Amino acid sequence: MKTGNRACVTGDDFRNSPPVDHVGIVERAERFTTRSIKSITKRAGLNMVLNMIDLTTLEGADTPNKVRQLCYKAEHLHDSISGLPSTAAVCVFPPFVKTAREALGDNSLVKIASVATYFPSGHTTLKSKLEETRRAVSDGADEIDMVISRGRFLSGDYNYVFDEIAAVKEACGDARLKVILETGELATLDNVRRASDIAIHAGGDFIKTSTGKIASAATIPITLVMLLAIRDHYAKTGKMVGMKPAGGISKSKLALHYLVMVKETLGEQWLTNEWFRFGASSLANDVLMQVAKLESGHYQAAHYFSKD
Amino acid sequence: MAKKKSSPDWEYASAPETTAVNIAKRYDHFINGKWITPSNKKYFATTSPSTGRKLSEVAEGSKKDVDTAVKAARAAYNGVWGKMSGRERGKYIYRIARLIQERAREFAIIETMDGGKPIRESRDIDIPLAANHFFYNAGWADKLEYAFPNMPAKSLGVAGQVIPWNFPFLMAAWKIAPALATGNTVVLKPAETTPLTALKLAEVIADAGLPDGVVNIVTGAGETGAAIVNHPDVDKVAFTGSTGVGKLIQESVAGTDKKVTLELGGKAANIILEDAPIDQAVEGVVNGIYFNQGHVCCAGSRLFVQENIYDEVMWKLKQRMDTLVIGDPLDKNTDVGAINSKEQLRTIKRYIKEGVKGGADIYQPECDLPTKGNWCPPTVFTNVAQSSIIAKEEIFGPVLAVQTFRTVSEVIEKANNTPYGLSAGVWCDKGSRLFQVTGALDAGVVWGNTFNKFDPTSPFGGFKESGYGREGGLHGLGAYLDLPL
Repeated sequence: MKTGNRACVTGDDFRNSPPVDHVGIVERAERFTTRSIKSITKRAGLNMVLNMIDLTTLEGADTPNKVRQLCYKAEHLHDSISGLPSTAAVCVFPPFVKTAREALGDNSLVKIASVATYFPSGHTTLKSKLEETRRAVSDGADEIDMVISRGRFLSGDYNYVFDEIAAVKEACGDARLKVILETGELATLDNVRRASDIAIHAGGDFIKTSTGKIASAATIPITLVMLLAIRDHYAKTGKMVGMKPAGGISKSKLALHYLVMVKETLGEQWLTNEWFRFGASSLANDVLMQVAKLESGHYQAAHYFSKD
Repeated sequence: MAKKKSSPDWEYASAPETTAVNIAKRYDHFINGKWITPSNKKYFATTSPSTGRKLSEVAEGSKKDVDTAVKAARAAYNGVWGKMSGRERGKYIYRIARLIQERAREFAIIETMDGGKPIRESRDIDIPLAANHFFYNAGWADKLEYAFPNMPAKSLGVAGQVIPWNFPFLMAAWKIAPALATGNTVVLKPAETTPLTALKLAEVIADAGLPDGVVNIVTGAGETGAAIVNHPDVDKVAFTGSTGVGKLIQESVAGTDKKVTLELGGKAANIILEDAPIDQAVEGVVNGIYFNQGHVCCAGSRLFVQENIYDEVMWKLKQRMDTLVIGDPLDKNTDVGAINSKEQLRTIKRYIKEGVKGGADIYQPECDLPTKGNWCPPTVFTNVAQSSIIAKEEIFGPVLAVQTFRTVSEVIEKANNTPYGLSAGVWCDKGSRLFQVTGALDAGVVWGNTFNKFDPTSPFGGFKESGYGREGGLHGLGAYLDLPL
């Protein structure tokens, strides 16, 4: 595909990321939410959503038993409805990767993702971040969710941020790397775009909005900016990059609007859990409630669905 | 841009809006607060452009009917409305606005059935905006002496108003609301292909308890409109429609002291400069030309792209066009609906043929169009010359002509090189340049980093052959007053 010859992201000068018009992005984002998703499209969409969830527990109070329960839920979302998929992954802190691997075994469809690099602040030495990453991978993690150094980014030290991501990517080995931009701390959509470009160019396999640990998490406009960065990269290089909005997506309807956005921005080839994920803890149950409603014709009370 | 699969996995299932609305088998004229049968007893059908199905039939207005309506309007002006205090007038207009809001869904559905525009647009834009025009003007009714300080806010008398088929309900609101707020009475004629929502508005006006004869609605075709314009007892003519008809009106009012506002055709330039946020600009281009199937006088039908970003803009534009949903306008997911009439479809097709013949490159997304009704896929022409017909003449359909430019001065010259001057748009990330270019464009409305945005507080109207006079805002009120200017 031919592309523009405007200097977008060239060499290592990330000051030249393309501009983003906030008003225009918000307007386009609202258009996605006016799509009406009905009947078979809804049923297929809900199944996709379940299959794209990184079922997450990232609490200071996490224990091995909590993680084992999470792993069971990931494979058995709601056994009273047949034909449900498993979630895409479980997402845990590094010390629980071994537990998760034991619980899931080696042949599970459910991947194990772990938030290495001193999640959520990222404030430690590069050496510690790389050590933590290597340990999580050797313990059995399939995917690493790293955080970028937002302080460095905001002070304009883009090359530092780039180099750090590249180093973590190397430490990941065969594990796929998701780069968390923590967009709630980046202040502008121009910054979201710039951080996306840096993460993609530095080797991130996925870009991810948020840690879920601050109030401002994933939104449709922010995710749209990141999807556009992915699309531009694909147009230039033919290389696909995945997207993971995380935090703040707890309702089925909103999740379906995200799928609409992915379909209309990147195309249907991104509509698999290889390229799109939801980072969420409570979304699964809301989707299950909707699926049960489509199956039976009426809503079931929330206590019919396991709270893990 | 993602490779198209032969069988897409996740298509949107149809999500049709209900059509359980009340449309009478037959509508008479609304004159002097009553439904009056046409003097010639003739009616004509109004059909749905998306199905070809007949929806209803409406009265064919004769000269005699128009005369009856003007007489009723004159009597209401002399007897009640012209003398009523602004505060009292305002109450009626607020009531109309609220009644429109209450019945918004019904009006949106009928607008879409009768005119072919997507329900998303009639629901989210046409009807709410129409209500807002009544709200806005109602607020001015008792404040005219502050709107025009040190000038007596004297009304004109009877306003004869002729409106087009592209925004039937909204245009009725644009015309009626300021006329009522300023103390004039009205004879309005909706377009012959889209009369139903204006007649529904007559129901609202009756329900609002407006005194008889303040608003009269006469249906019919061009001759009925001519009878209104030419009626000797009409004090003010307000017309929205084609430049051709606008010129005829201009001729026919010569030598009279009728006040006139004309809102006519356009061939707007939409300009993307090299530093623009391209994805948002592309979105604006799509909204600029494919909104309402391009049946928009201020549509951004000429796209100017700076040469060094041309390739990127074009692949992004084509990709966005591929995601547009074209079809049943009542489906909530439809982006581009039906062409309003067979006649207009013929015109559009003639221009498309002309473009291809002239050597321009055509692109239309692959889409399955319904078999019944009037349809034209979104169309873009590239490799278009400034001198080609598709870049010069108003097509009034979903057809975009793309040209490139090298410098800012070149694009300003090209953009202004047209007999029209209704609207324009500029996309640019640098504030100073944005103001430089927008300030140099000869157009009544110029949008910066957006397109096709409307608000009751903002005046709207043209330069050159796009007409004169303004609608909306204070300017729009002034057009219905005898101000000593």
